[in-house]
Amino acid sequence: MDQNIAQIVAGLRTAFPDVAFSPQPLIDRSEDDAGAEQVFVRVPPDKIVEVMRFLHDDARCDFQQLASLTCVDYLDFPKARDRYAVVYTLVSPRLNHRMWVKCFVNDPDPAVPSVTGIWNAAEWTEREVFDLFGIRFSDHPDLRRIMTWDGFKAHPLRKDYPLRGHGEREDFTVVTDDSR
Amino acid sequence: MGTDTMTEARPTTMSLEEPGGDLWALNFGPQHPATHTTLRLVLELDGERVVACTPHIGYLHSGFEKLGEHLTYNQYVVVTDRMNYISPMANNIAWHHACEVLFNIELTPRCKVLRTILAELARIQDHLLCVGCTALDLGGFTAFLYGFADREDIYDLCEDICGARFTTSYTRVGGLMNDMPDGWPEKVKAFCRKLPKTLDDIVALLNRNRIFIERTKGIGYINHDDAINWGLTGPLARASGVRRDLRKDEPYLCYADNWDGSGSSGVDFKVPISHGGDVLARYLVRLEEMHQSLAIIAQLIDNIPAGPVNVLADDKQTLPDKREVYTSIEGLIHHFEQVMTNRGHTPPIGEAYGANETASGELGFYLVSDGGIMPYRVHCRAPSFINYQCFPKLVEGHQLSDVVAILGSLNIIAGELDR
Amino acid sequence: MGLTTSETSPHTMGNGDTLSTRLDHLVGLLRKHGPNWARKNSLWPMPFATACCGIELMAMGASRYDVARFGAEVMRFTPRQCDLMICAGRVAIKMLPVLQRIYMQMCEPKWVISMGACASTGGVFDTYSVVQGIDQFMPVDVYVPGCPPRPETLIEGVMAIQRIVDAEGVKPSAERGGLGLTVDPVVQLNTVGRRS
Repeated sequence: MDQNIAQIVAGLRTAFPDVAFSPQPLIDRSEDDAGAEQVFVRVPPDKIVEVMRFLHDDARCDFQQLASLTCVDYLDFPKARDRYAVVYTLVSPRLNHRMWVKCFVNDPDPAVPSVTGIWNAAEWTEREVFDLFGIRFSDHPDLRRIMTWDGFKAHPLRKDYPLRGHGEREDFTVVTDDSR
Repeated sequence: MGTDTMTEARPTTMSLEEPGGDLWALNFGPQHPATHTTLRLVLELDGERVVACTPHIGYLHSGFEKLGEHLTYNQYVVVTDRMNYISPMANNIAWHHACEVLFNIELTPRCKVLRTILAELARIQDHLLCVGCTALDLGGFTAFLYGFADREDIYDLCEDICGARFTTSYTRVGGLMNDMPDGWPEKVKAFCRKLPKTLDDIVALLNRNRIFIERTKGIGYINHDDAINWGLTGPLARASGVRRDLRKDEPYLCYADNWDGSGSSGVDFKVPISHGGDVLARYLVRLEEMHQSLAIIAQLIDNIPAGPVNVLADDKQTLPDKREVYTSIEGLIHHFEQVMTNRGHTPPIGEAYGANETASGELGFYLVSDGGIMPYRVHCRAPSFINYQCFPKLVEGHQLSDVVAILGSLNIIAGELDR
Repeated sequence: MGLTTSETSPHTMGNGDTLSTRLDHLVGLLRKHGPNWARKNSLWPMPFATACCGIELMAMGASRYDVARFGAEVMRFTPRQCDLMICAGRVAIKMLPVLQRIYMQMCEPKWVISMGACASTGGVFDTYSVVQGIDQFMPVDVYVPGCPPRPETLIEGVMAIQRIVDAEGVKPSAERGGLGLTVDPVVQLNTVGRRS
């Protein structure tokens, strides 16, 4: 593991002794450490705001930028225990390091507290995850669908949703000639 | 956070006191010439002053990420062409960069040089359109036409190297579709000799143009801290004084030292930074980046290393050379093994993130692999999507006519925004 | 073209050929072919550019290809001034009502080019949110193939519209078939009114 990231994890453990961060590389390569610089930590949903606030404010972490926020549906994934993981990619432009945070949630009603209070960049990315995965972000200022249209019911990036949809593309309200 | 500081620091004379009762709403887009394809804004106006702005997006949502779960790592490159369609080549390179992080493949020097040259050409291509469109939206048609004439030359270069002027699909896992044709470097050099004249023309048209300056200076201001907090990357962030360029900070391809395995240092270039934070600063940063891109190309074009463009052809991890496929039985079998759905080269189980510095910012792909030949999940960290979020903050308090100037300077590409 | 190809040439006329009959003949020709001749050489496109094809549409109008040579360079972004809609790029379901609304706002006579694979068939985007061909929901006159089509191909599409204008002229709007927008989209192509 990278020196910086090791320090960050140590700092996290001191600040939050009751959270099992279990840092892990994103991809396990037995033979070398080339990919090992991409490290993620696990944070439970109820701690996410505090931990993120710490990662943002602490001088050694200094993750001033939320590069991306996405979600993965591990429905068919081999040996997966939880269904959804909200994945945060954190970047520190000043110290030039990157870390990933994963927050696992499950059906029914998968919900994660919003981090819009820390990074403005989370506003639309959380809306996107809400739209496409159906993860609810509590305390989000404006949690609406962003990509799909009004009246769309499903969450298309879930693994149990087919690529071609449930007929939404043929079945929607059509503007008629009378409305001219 | 940060909204208040931004309002204070905005160097315009407009005040933001509580407006009177005569607000009216204006629907802007989704089909409007200045929205650059399919953006929609609902503006709340007090006279001509924008009080509030609500962007609505998703008018071009085409399911890119869902599609990625149903295409192999080589097939998906076709879809990335249509993502940021101003510079398709940069998307190809970014996509396969992420794939190679996942597969843990180190490219050959020749491939790295070709990809770097193409990435820089794509950057020029993108910036030319963005600069031209900023001028076009402000009423200067000529700069747009000058820029487009040179874009056509880049299209020709793309067509020479991969057969398609627009949707290039040129990269493959561990290499490229094919090697460059003979005489291609000469054409690139001819283009590089021509472009500075065009840039000079654009400078002559715009940089001292009083209308252009008045309409861009101090418009759409965002400061350093807010730029980072809103997730801005690329020229937008650098125009606000953020010293970050993935080519320097997380170097890849020929930007990294020791890229050819024999200790060569990375290409020498400067990263233009401006502290203006407004539309004019973004325009100037883009203009200078084109000069830097030319410098990078000039360093590489004469020293393209010999050798193969694809790695590991013998280990049957990448597609074989087309000539081999057409002329030998081994090549044909190899090719079929790669493209058949139950064979092919599979990555390890795990996740990877690879990001490139493209013309509009950090274009990253977050890949999840379950060990199959198709990704389990593809997430695209689209710079346009993240950059567009701060738009309401940028336009509030400005005149209606400034909305198009700010929009043009953000370089929002709907294909990438909505995916 | 329209002015010279007539059934009766002035040279074949009989002895009663006077200046006035010649003039009458000329006026007749103009009245018959003039409007179409004028229309086809001054098409005003409405660029409904959504995606990649829009860039090629811009390339068609810009420096090298210069569609002004065919009289179609006057892009107007308000549908009320246009008579040729070029639908360039994939149309998401969220966008389709906008497309239909803009089509309805265009004044007769009007023609539609469906530019590129995505607008015509959905192209590579066979996904949950993309309309699989705009002709399911509105009339289309010319399909331009390609993903995206080269500007030359699009110019050929514009010339195809010119040929249609020249040959068919303008039909009364009743004959053009309705928009067919009220039909159930599943029954598409049989009932949607395309011009026969």
